[in-house]
Amino acid sequence: MKVDLYLTCVNDAMFPRTGQATVRLLERLGCEVRFNPCQTCCGQMHMNTGYREDALVLARKFVREYEHAEAVVMPSGSCAAMVRELYPQAAQWAGDDELLRGVQALESRIFELSEFLVDRLGVTDVGAYYPHRVTYHPTCHAARMLHVGDRPLQLLRNVRGMTLLELEGAEECCGFGGTFAVKNADVSAAMLADKTRHIQDTGAEACTAGDNSCLLHIGGGLHRLRSGVRTVHLAEILASTEEEVFA
Amino acid sequence: MSHPKSVHPHNAEARLEMLTVINRAIAGAAPVEKPAYPRPQPLSAAEREEQFRDRILDYRAHYTRVPLAELPQAIAASLGRAQRVLVPAGIPADWLPAGLEQLRDEPPLSHAQLDRAEAVVTGCAVAVSETGTICLDHGAEQGRRALSLIPDLHVCVVRENQIVQTVRGAVERLGLAVRAGRPLTWLSGGSATSDIELVRVEGVHGPRALHVIVIAE
Amino acid sequence: MSGLHPKAPFPKAAEASVNQPQLRANLRKVTHTIRAKRAAVVAELPYWEQLRQLGAATKDDSLVNLSDRLLELERNVQARGGQVHWARDAAEAREIVARIALAHGERELIKVKSITSDEIELNQALEEHGIHAIETDLAELIVQLSHDTPSHILVPAIHRNRAEIQALFNAELPGEGGLSDNPQDLAAAARRYLRHKFLTTRMAVSGANFAVAETGTVCVVESEGNGRMCLTLPEVLVSIMGIEKVLDTWEDIAVFMETLPRSSTAERMNPYNSFWSGVTEGDGPQEFHLILLDNGRTHVLADEFGRQTLRCIRCSACLNVCPVYERAGGHAYGSVYPGPIGSILTPQLLGMHDKNANSLPFASSLCGACYEVCPVEINIPQVLIYLRNEGNAHKGPNAESLAMGAARVAMSEGWRWEGALRLARLGQGPLVRQGEISWLPGMLAGWTEVRDLPALPREGFREWWKAREGSRTVDANTQAGPPDIVQDAQNRESPPANVQEGGHPPAGQHGQEGEDHA
Ligand code: SF4
Repeated sequence: MKVDLYLTCVNDAMFPRTGQATVRLLERLGCEVRFNPCQTCCGQMHMNTGYREDALVLARKFVREYEHAEAVVMPSGSCAAMVRELYPQAAQWAGDDELLRGVQALESRIFELSEFLVDRLGVTDVGAYYPHRVTYHPTCHAARMLHVGDRPLQLLRNVRGMTLLELEGAEECCGFGGTFAVKNADVSAAMLADKTRHIQDTGAEACTAGDNSCLLHIGGGLHRLRSGVRTVHLAEILASTEEEVFA
Repeated sequence: MSHPKSVHPHNAEARLEMLTVINRAIAGAAPVEKPAYPRPQPLSAAEREEQFRDRILDYRAHYTRVPLAELPQAIAASLGRAQRVLVPAGIPADWLPAGLEQLRDEPPLSHAQLDRAEAVVTGCAVAVSETGTICLDHGAEQGRRALSLIPDLHVCVVRENQIVQTVRGAVERLGLAVRAGRPLTWLSGGSATSDIELVRVEGVHGPRALHVIVIAE
Repeated sequence: MSGLHPKAPFPKAAEASVNQPQLRANLRKVTHTIRAKRAAVVAELPYWEQLRQLGAATKDDSLVNLSDRLLELERNVQARGGQVHWARDAAEAREIVARIALAHGERELIKVKSITSDEIELNQALEEHGIHAIETDLAELIVQLSHDTPSHILVPAIHRNRAEIQALFNAELPGEGGLSDNPQDLAAAARRYLRHKFLTTRMAVSGANFAVAETGTVCVVESEGNGRMCLTLPEVLVSIMGIEKVLDTWEDIAVFMETLPRSSTAERMNPYNSFWSGVTEGDGPQEFHLILLDNGRTHVLADEFGRQTLRCIRCSACLNVCPVYERAGGHAYGSVYPGPIGSILTPQLLGMHDKNANSLPFASSLCGACYEVCPVEINIPQVLIYLRNEGNAHKGPNAESLAMGAARVAMSEGWRWEGALRLARLGQGPLVRQGEISWLPGMLAGWTEVRDLPALPREGFREWWKAREGSRTVDANTQAGPPDIVQDAQNRESPPANVQEGGHPPAGQHGQEGEDHA
């Protein structure tokens, strides 16, 4: 199967290993991975900060560039949610019927990574090996907008050598929310403090999630606390094997 | 008290302006389709009674089920030592224990007189098993609203065939009473508050005790 | 003025409360307790999602027919001996209540908890007319006696603990002084104080949870019985309701009697629900006034997308699951409507013209927990995003909008973006400030208070990909087939019908040409 990797701007700039891991993983599972270098950003930051016109420019660009894709895989729940949930809504707000039709035609071929693995490829055991204690934070947009449910957990439970530790208050937001973390820094910091405390309480060596923006936030907090707990994207765990531990 | 009937001049103007603004706001809005009301698996009469009992006890109200012949003893037991018991019009004489000191609301009692009553015995219009709710329509056997509000103990008699399963079912049954202009009171357990640190306190202003007696059929 | 205008922007108002450990502990305990209870009673109804849809549609149906519904309600309330008043704003509503009280020479009245009456700041206005309104709901009484404001829709005194209430009641309630801090004792003191008021006061004011146009019926939902007292014992009753509370037929009540208690107090049914239609001879108040209040609701109605906000049945489920409310508390929202619903309702009621209120839609991480629990399916996160856009549209260019525009230009073409990233790795260019990535405008200031930011990696994904593509052409033919685990799944799959195998490739080639520019 031909798969288009949509890396997302945060990974493009800051987390190349997540992109590399996604490529390795998908190729290991027999996919032909392509990377369209025209890609930039889905426009979520613009939209959620209240700059719809800027976001719409990026939405139209996205639809133009991927309308013929067989499957677009994103190692980010919030970007996949942006395309599937907010593009249609934004198109309606703007009265852009062409964009609306374009997104509706494309919607069913947009996948968050765990959805793609479990639903499209039909795998829950990807043959990964990761000899660490790990806890999993379900990110808000993957959980409540995409309804990925326990797909990431199904994948993680089959990782060999790994101890999966339950996280208290797992479904609670880490306090990132894009510019929210900056505009409402005090509240965001209070949310983050609870999240990092719960993570530390698990005794895990690493916290994983399907979204690097949340992990950037959580990781920033854990690092500031000198907790010794690191963050690692789900893709990097799943890409790891006994021959090559990825993360 | 006087009844000021005249419409204030402001009001006609406000009314006209509000209606105009509303009409402008909703002009061209598409009509809305209401989906059908979901229905649960129907329960048998026995299951309904069981569920009703469970819910009433969950509210920490008292629950008894007796054949009609034993109703007077059951009411007497519920009333305990309560004196001056309010009995609304229409309560069948054979429900009541002998020698009960009855307070009748004919002619209507004052608030102060009602405040001296220690208990009230009523029937009901319909009851809901799923939520343990008793609905009064303040018709026969129930009396006006103040009667079942002021006394501290409310003994409520429910006939088994008055128990429906769902809220929706009760609303349907109450349609006639509402359309006739009658007020309704729905009771689900006794008065309660959780306003202080979310600690549940029973019996704030309404009757502090609710006893439900179901007549077995 | 009304109880809607925040005195400060949300971040500033939240600063104080976030840093109060006692308040945060109280809020955490309360919200988590109700959250868990709600989940349990909701799970009892397997058709909960259908009830939500039905509730949403029932409200929408009334909203798009609002003028007809209100006229029908008016007709039927009048036919049953009630009087109907129309109030465009808070001042008009307050004036109507005061006029009724003064016409009867009343100097004291009893009140059932009503957020709508707090919205119009009724008590203060009545005091100015020499009329004292006594709050009869336990929490509202606590709030009133301590000259405070409510901080939660359902449990307005959620921010007070029992010791504070004990001190308050001992000082303020006539004849008390030796009360313990036992909630049972404190509630009993309130009962003693209010009992006499219920039996002797001749006028009451209430809000309304619902009204039925077809039958002229008004509904009040409560727990303590103070509502029944106020609605039944006085001679004159005035109910104030927002125009959005009206329903079409009596049967429309049912769905809300199922969803409201479970969402609100997390009970199968709350202890008492009262319904009345105008005046009932020989039963209850013999004079009834219904005030229909606009006060900005028509602004909300006029916006096709924002309109869903008016479905709200004030259950407060969204407050109880909100991580922001849990940390900031109700007062930070500066309005009688706190939490997620307040963040969308307050600014809209004020026509998106109030600067402080326009900061409320940003008081959310968009985590979506509110939408998940809302019994009338208000898509609060989407309305928040919508309102952020509306609010910005009212503003001129500023540092943020310019930064957003610059980022959008950098992101408008792959080659521009790639160039910007390359510069960023060298610590330069439009995405970078002080050597760290800054395309979240102003990100560094708030971010680094409690979080570190990793340095940009020296090699990006694109460099890796290109290097790999270059070497891959050699061994492309030797690539192994898919491993066994996915072979089965793949054999089942066929590409979606609308994708032709080997059709237009995703714009790989365009990218090559982009590189030349970069
Ligand atoms: S917005 Fe929804 S969840 Fe929040 S108070 Fe209103 S009805 Fe309840």
